[in-house]
Amino acid sequence: MPYRLNINGAVRRVDVPPEMPLLWVLRGELGLVGTKFGCGKGLCGACTVHVDGAARLSCQLPVGSVGDSKVHTIEHIGETAIGARLQQAWLKIDVMQCGYCQAGQIMSACALLGQIAQPSTDQINSAMAGNICRCCCYNRIRSAIRIAAGMEEESTRDA
Amino acid sequence: MREQVRTGLNRRTVLKASLLAGGGLALDALIPLPAALAGAMEGKSPAAARLSAFVAIAPDGTVTIVSKNPEIGQGVKTSLPMMVADELDCDWSQVRITQADVDQKRYGEQSAGGSTATPKNWLPMRQLGAAARAMLVQAAAMRWRVDANQLTTARGRIVDPATGRSIGYGEVASAAATLVPPDLSTVRLKEPGQFTIIGRPLVGIDSARILEGRPIFGMDTRLPGMLYAVYEVAPAHGGRLVRADLEAAKRSPGVKHVVPIVGNGDPDAGLADGVAIVASNWWLANQARSRLGVEWDLSAAKGHSSTEYQAKAEAAIAAGAGTELRLDGDPEAKLASAAKRIAARYYYPFIAHAPMEPQNCAALYQGGRIEIWAPSQAPQRGLQALHTALGIEPDAVTLHLTRAGGGFGRRLLNDYMVQVAAIAKSVPGVPIHLIWSREDDIRRDYFRPAGWHSFEAGIGADGELIAFSDHFVTFGDGKTPARAAGFNVSMPPAGLVPHLRYSQSMLPTVVTTGWLRAPGSNALCFASQSFLDEVALAAGTDLPTLMLRLLGEPREIAAPDNGSPFDTARARAVIETVLQTSSWTQKPAQSGRAKGFAFYFSHRGYFAEVVDASVAGADVRVHKVWVAGDVGSQIINPMGAENQVRGAVIDGLAQALTGQAIEFIDGVVQQSNFHDFPLARMPITPEIDIAWVKSQKPPTGLGEPALPPVLPALTNAIFAATGTRIRSLPVRLKTA
Repeated sequence: MPYRLNINGAVRRVDVPPEMPLLWVLRGELGLVGTKFGCGKGLCGACTVHVDGAARLSCQLPVGSVGDSKVHTIEHIGETAIGARLQQAWLKIDVMQCGYCQAGQIMSACALLGQIAQPSTDQINSAMAGNICRCCCYNRIRSAIRIAAGMEEESTRDA
Repeated sequence: MREQVRTGLNRRTVLKASLLAGGGLALDALIPLPAALAGAMEGKSPAAARLSAFVAIAPDGTVTIVSKNPEIGQGVKTSLPMMVADELDCDWSQVRITQADVDQKRYGEQSAGGSTATPKNWLPMRQLGAAARAMLVQAAAMRWRVDANQLTTARGRIVDPATGRSIGYGEVASAAATLVPPDLSTVRLKEPGQFTIIGRPLVGIDSARILEGRPIFGMDTRLPGMLYAVYEVAPAHGGRLVRADLEAAKRSPGVKHVVPIVGNGDPDAGLADGVAIVASNWWLANQARSRLGVEWDLSAAKGHSSTEYQAKAEAAIAAGAGTELRLDGDPEAKLASAAKRIAARYYYPFIAHAPMEPQNCAALYQGGRIEIWAPSQAPQRGLQALHTALGIEPDAVTLHLTRAGGGFGRRLLNDYMVQVAAIAKSVPGVPIHLIWSREDDIRRDYFRPAGWHSFEAGIGADGELIAFSDHFVTFGDGKTPARAAGFNVSMPPAGLVPHLRYSQSMLPTVVTTGWLRAPGSNALCFASQSFLDEVALAAGTDLPTLMLRLLGEPREIAAPDNGSPFDTARARAVIETVLQTSSWTQKPAQSGRAKGFAFYFSHRGYFAEVVDASVAGADVRVHKVWVAGDVGSQIINPMGAENQVRGAVIDGLAQALTGQAIEFIDGVVQQSNFHDFPLARMPITPEIDIAWVKSQKPPTGLGEPALPPVLPALTNAIFAATGTRIRSLPVRLKTA
């Protein structure tokens, strides 16, 4: 089936079965490999993208259901104010180890800060619980979200 | 592209200087390693005995350092160049880092495993930087006609304090290339107080690129005309393909090729019987799997079930003490005559690695050669596997290393590389990207093996631990334990208790096993430090006090198997530190909440950890973890180092608390994805306090040693909070 998709502000045309998850359209058909494959079952959050501003798991989103919605991916997120702040915060305290899940983490964090400017720790935990980081950089992910939100870093004591 | 090669040679080292094509200095070092550091794991090759390094200084002052080891998130692509750059005395902003391809002749060993990169590279990398600096200084001295000894350097410039003049490294780099390089073993190194880059928290060299979603991982490999593959194999190891409907799969949308592959009969080598489906899009290839209607012969794995393993392990323990691995003194007599004798059995399950990036690998076969793009931790072992399984000569392989989305030991084995090579060989000229589904990744793991321990301890009338024994039941062929299923005869309290016996029994298995982060220690530490907690309480004290008493006078205890010697003073220091930072003697007032302690020495690192946890019904909540670690005199990059420790702590907590266990029924893995093999998620993340204890020893690695103690520290806390002793992982508490 031919589709006209609105991806990162541009119209992209693909011809794929309607059931193909958006993840595999982005990665395989459009070369947008920043969005990651982690589990294929909506369990890990590595494939998180924004659809009309909301965080969605692209491995669970058939391309046929996307329609005219505006899809944004990690490749574009630095062009948004919140996205750029998150990227800077992520770099400031170098959140990542392997980095594979971080695109999904940033996309979820961006959606969170879009809804709640200064989330509590519980709100951060709950909004980010769908994103697995196998390297377990969770302390720093939490801290980076707080920094991007203009709050203090999570307390730690390294000597 | 170089001319004018000059070589400085001494007995042990080769250092080559050459002129870069566009001008500038290139330095190549080939450095033999001390025997103690060469070949930390099995499959030792001659290349493992040496190490090489490469640095180039261009006329514009850009310093290029080749990173030859795989980057899997452990941070070596940043930390090893920091060592070179600091002794070179350049500015970190001048440094560019390039990822080397795999080239054994040029780079020697290229692997990521065993927390070995820091100890292996600490001296050679700095010597190389210092040698380059000495040559640049010499070139400046010749230009200015002054004595090189009167010149200094800072941030990539050579300074003449007598006149105040200075010159950039790039300006004298071409002249330096004409000099004979100094003897690496005699170049002067900085004193620790002079470091300007080492010890500074620096951001990973690829972090910005990753945050922008730019391609870097194996999964991101894109080649012109590339097709995607899945490889359907039997659900149990050793399964043989009986029949499959290849035509039906071929009719599936987007499918280009369906290739049956006959395995080489050795599931461990990575090429099991299977069917490859190659399509224009990975999802289309994966969809076509269900049309294969495959029938397998799974008889080889019959009886290999978790319940049968359990029954056999219990029988082995009941049958007696097994094969003796270590005997000190007369533990039997001392146990018999002890004032108090306690015994307990411990168990931990098989678990999977589950790195976030599923196994994958890309390959292009044409004209008798193969080009491979691999997220591997041990790519040179992959070359051997290609030769063994497919007869591909290493000389016919061009092997590119990509960044790996986590390793944890999984990518030390290269089954995905063998598989993609087999598929690519069947469709010459077409680049193939083999990607495993998450289900493939979990079910075809080289699992951390399960193990059983039957402990006994004898306590004297004075409350001292006088005798200790452990009968370990593991997997193996009866002579040799399966991969990563061996015991460690130095496991504490060995060497600290006069009468001790370690013995072992083996169960045969068809399950492929492998190294998981802190291999051996991740399991042995849980069992032994939990049982020692029982011993301590039975002796009327607590575990840290018992450990401190056992450690005794400061001394080094040699490991009987030529492993790293154990320094009791370093152990004591981390234990005393964590008792202080955690305010150990202050017990939480709240009922159902308590602290637990554990210590371990693994991969040359000393770690003592305290967990503060509360238990409500079946729910365990970890509030805070205190870590005291000694990995030598210097933390190379505190930014990465702290991340390694935090990650290891949470990883260990998750192994105990999220329900991680791989189970088999007739060899078929019962778990498949993150719903039934759960990983850590943000809400379980506690506050983590890290204290570095800096002993005056050379720095060692951090990928592994912070993990083992957190498991028993947690389970000992659960006991202190509830009175329920956790003798089996994962933790499963009763709800009421």
